[in-house]
Amino acid sequence: MSPMARTAPVPAATDPAIIRNFCIIAHIDHGKSTLADRMLQSTGVVQARDMKAQYLDRMDIERERGITIKSQAVRMPWEVDGVSYALNMIDTPGHVDFTYEVSRSLAACEGAVLLVDAAQGIEAQTLANLYLAMENDLTIIPVLNKIDLPAAQPEKYAAELANLIGGDPEDVLLVSGKTGVGVEALLDKIVTDLPAPVGDANAPARAMIFDSVYDTYRGVVTYVRVVDGMLHPRERIQMMSTKASHELLEIGVSAPEPTPTKGLGVGEVGYLITGVKDVRQSKVGDTVTNLAKPASESLSGYADPKPMVFSGLYPLDGTDYPVLRDALDKLKLNDAALVYEPETSAALGFGFRVGFLGLLHLEIVRERLEREFNLDLISTAPNVVYEVTLEDKTVMTVTNPSEFPAGKIREVREPMVAATILAPNEFVGAIMELCQGRRGQMKGMDYLSEDRVELRYWIPLAEIVFDFFDILKSKTRGYASLDWKADGEQVSDLVKVDILLQGEQVDAFSAITHKDKAYAYGVMMTGKLRELIPRQQFEVPIQAAIGSRIIARESIRAIRKDVLAKCYGGDISRKRKLLEKQKEGKKRMKMVGRVEVPQEAFIAALTTDDSKDKAKK
Amino acid sequence: MPSALPLGDPAPSDGLLPAQVLDGAAGRALGLYVHIPFCAVRCGYCDFNTYTAKELGGGASQDAYAGTAVAEVELAARVLEASGLPARRLSTVFFGGGTPTLLPAEDLASILTAAIAAWGIEEGAEVTTEANPDSVTPESLAILREAGFTRVSFGMQSAVPHVLKVLDRTHEPARVPQVVQWARDAGLAVSLDLIYGTPGESLADWQHSLETALSYGPDHISAYALIVEEGTKLAAQIRRGEVPEIDDDDHADKYELADRLITDAGLGWYEVSNWARTPEQACRHNLAYWRGDDWWGIGPGAHSHMGGVRWWNVKHPAAYAGRLAQGASPAAGRETLDRDTRAMERVMLEARLQSGLELAALETVGRHEVAGLIADGLVDPAAAFKGRLVLTLKGRLLADAVVRRILPD
Repeated sequence: MSPMARTAPVPAATDPAIIRNFCIIAHIDHGKSTLADRMLQSTGVVQARDMKAQYLDRMDIERERGITIKSQAVRMPWEVDGVSYALNMIDTPGHVDFTYEVSRSLAACEGAVLLVDAAQGIEAQTLANLYLAMENDLTIIPVLNKIDLPAAQPEKYAAELANLIGGDPEDVLLVSGKTGVGVEALLDKIVTDLPAPVGDANAPARAMIFDSVYDTYRGVVTYVRVVDGMLHPRERIQMMSTKASHELLEIGVSAPEPTPTKGLGVGEVGYLITGVKDVRQSKVGDTVTNLAKPASESLSGYADPKPMVFSGLYPLDGTDYPVLRDALDKLKLNDAALVYEPETSAALGFGFRVGFLGLLHLEIVRERLEREFNLDLISTAPNVVYEVTLEDKTVMTVTNPSEFPAGKIREVREPMVAATILAPNEFVGAIMELCQGRRGQMKGMDYLSEDRVELRYWIPLAEIVFDFFDILKSKTRGYASLDWKADGEQVSDLVKVDILLQGEQVDAFSAITHKDKAYAYGVMMTGKLRELIPRQQFEVPIQAAIGSRIIARESIRAIRKDVLAKCYGGDISRKRKLLEKQKEGKKRMKMVGRVEVPQEAFIAALTTDDSKDKAKK
Repeated sequence: MPSALPLGDPAPSDGLLPAQVLDGAAGRALGLYVHIPFCAVRCGYCDFNTYTAKELGGGASQDAYAGTAVAEVELAARVLEASGLPARRLSTVFFGGGTPTLLPAEDLASILTAAIAAWGIEEGAEVTTEANPDSVTPESLAILREAGFTRVSFGMQSAVPHVLKVLDRTHEPARVPQVVQWARDAGLAVSLDLIYGTPGESLADWQHSLETALSYGPDHISAYALIVEEGTKLAAQIRRGEVPEIDDDDHADKYELADRLITDAGLGWYEVSNWARTPEQACRHNLAYWRGDDWWGIGPGAHSHMGGVRWWNVKHPAAYAGRLAQGASPAAGRETLDRDTRAMERVMLEARLQSGLELAALETVGRHEVAGLIADGLVDPAAAFKGRLVLTLKGRLLADAVVRRILPD
């Protein structure tokens, strides 16, 4: 066992040979944060008494959900054979919505710890990130965590890992982040097995941004990995994609508290502060160079984040619209992937059409808006981006079903994804049935181990954004895991289904569906609304239509009685208070033509039964 | 469990009224309501302030009740005078409950006598008591007539035994024609109270009840939809699934049937739930509630109104008796309505009447709704052309919705 390093290598003067940059690839709940915390403790950078569980995950939502949204980097000293090394642990987002961020974090490393729960085995998202790591040529250290659990099956899953990445099951490290067993051996292995970073110290500076975070006090904090040359405080730097230049007010490393340094050299990982206020000024994947002595070529791999899923967000109380706008503006500072524009719905009033990287991103943003800004929101059913070519060959991009053109359509293209599902083999039939029902094409199936199967499907994104994962979980008793990545598009027979209340179209309920599913959607939505909308003083027909063709119809019978028979022995006050209460209730109604629709009806109609259950938790 | 009292401001212990009540008081009729908070049994649907025990403690027994009520009558007369209100004779008196006739007729007579002594009574005043068919005799009715009662309103409710059973009504249907005859013989006008929409009541049952009631030739009929009040035995039975739920469509069918049969029998509606053989036989005390006249409510939990001030007494008979024994006002709370609230109440109350609501009483936004209400068949066009809002049959069934439409948001 190695001791804690007696002296830590000094930033800005560290030989790349003693630097090790690594990340931890793990599934949610597989114990990444606990292991990271234990490493901070073992290397002495955080004292046990200062330890806040899961030190690196700062946001409340992250801590509650046990997921890491924003990555950070921590520099830790570790001594092996009398040499002090600088270990940079780069914390990566664990979720498929953030694939791009993951890929940039991986690009900042030479190696990855593949962390797998010894009681559960590898999950699809982990597998996806593992592939990304292998694509980036990272050296992989396989580790089974939670070996202290009674349900742990280290032999079985060590074999599975060895099978996946090659090598011997004996080489899989066994650790417990909880008890600390094996953590020091892991730190040793990081030093001995991972290659040191390589770069040209004399070349013009090039550093890759792998994360940027907005801090209320300091503005945007940009996390970089220096590839060539050196960055110094007070010099002017340039962002190579935007050509924007900033003065480097502070440069430093996280140890794990921000510690200013005299600079960052080849292979080093740290942070920059320039005083900018918007994370869009510091784009993940961009290359930072020295303005006075700029690099001629940026580092490869930069891409703009591309929203995949759109949803309309509306304040329940219309007067909260400015609050929602300010809240989105604030979140945007810290979330380069968040895009939105104002939108007006006849039914829901003023709101925003918001683009997200995926469903988790949507949920997180929504939850932060509600929690941090005290907003009550209605969100419309999420939809994907369609490319519609009209007969005159004009191409339209549709991000909102209500903008879907009526008639004169030549073709509609929808985004496709390559989905990977891992599950015990007993569920293969159920999964295949689900995927086929969702218009998926099977691309392959492999056994990862005796009883665990990997299924690969090419499937429309639209089919998995709403409730696919929840249904997959319920059909597999929670055992299946899912990963997907964008994979081209296909021409499909898609139609827009409108919902009409008393002849008035309700934009919030329009949906783009495959032609074969339009009827089912129409029946489902009209039926739901019939239950949800209270009876009015007149009959209200509810119709589902494709263009002018009605495909489903329900009707709400007119209410016939709405009068109190008596006045309770002269208790007029009671009657008046009842009337006042009813009038207050009327104010909370949204008017669709003449129909009063309670807000709860919108919420319920736009919510799947499953997400309702979630809301209750 | 009797219904809760409204939340209001505290009422002063001397009961004195603010100066607001003086405005236009001379032009308003003065009514008296007397609450008798006792019943032989509590009916399963009832949430009124009534008690079945003979002895409630604190001088609140049935035997002592008349004396306690008289004490409030005397207090009321003092308060009205001390508040500066002009001397007005009683225009209407109404004894309700509870079951007023559970008290000896002499007790009811003594309360009325005390009230007449305090205020005097107008020539041709209407003096009503509610009565349970079980608890009147020719003798008791004669005593009431002698004391000045002019009218009796029998709680017939239904002519169908299984419906009466769900309602916990104990009387024999056959007793009703007998008590109606006794009342007539005593020289009293007769009203029959009916309830429709009781769980288990069919449309044919209701038709039978209506036809039976009409066959007795009443001067007046009240037909109230059964309301399931929270906290009643009936509400619990429905919640437990022991009796079927109330269906508003069924109520609407029954209301329409009632209006048709009662109208065919020669009575006319004058308020959503009330019909009279002639306009003169409409219950004037009831109309006073809907027209915003002044009345004083005697008894525990009773409500009063004078010129935009509403108040209500403490609910429990023992607390009520205790207050009066100390010479204090039994009022538990009150509210003083501002102009807007009074205007709102006026719309809410007068829209229920056949005489209707002056359209000029509506704000502009409300008047703009009237055309739509005519189009929806809820408001009588001919009356509207003459400047009054009068509900159609369909409109009466949706009266609360109409009121919400014509009041500003």
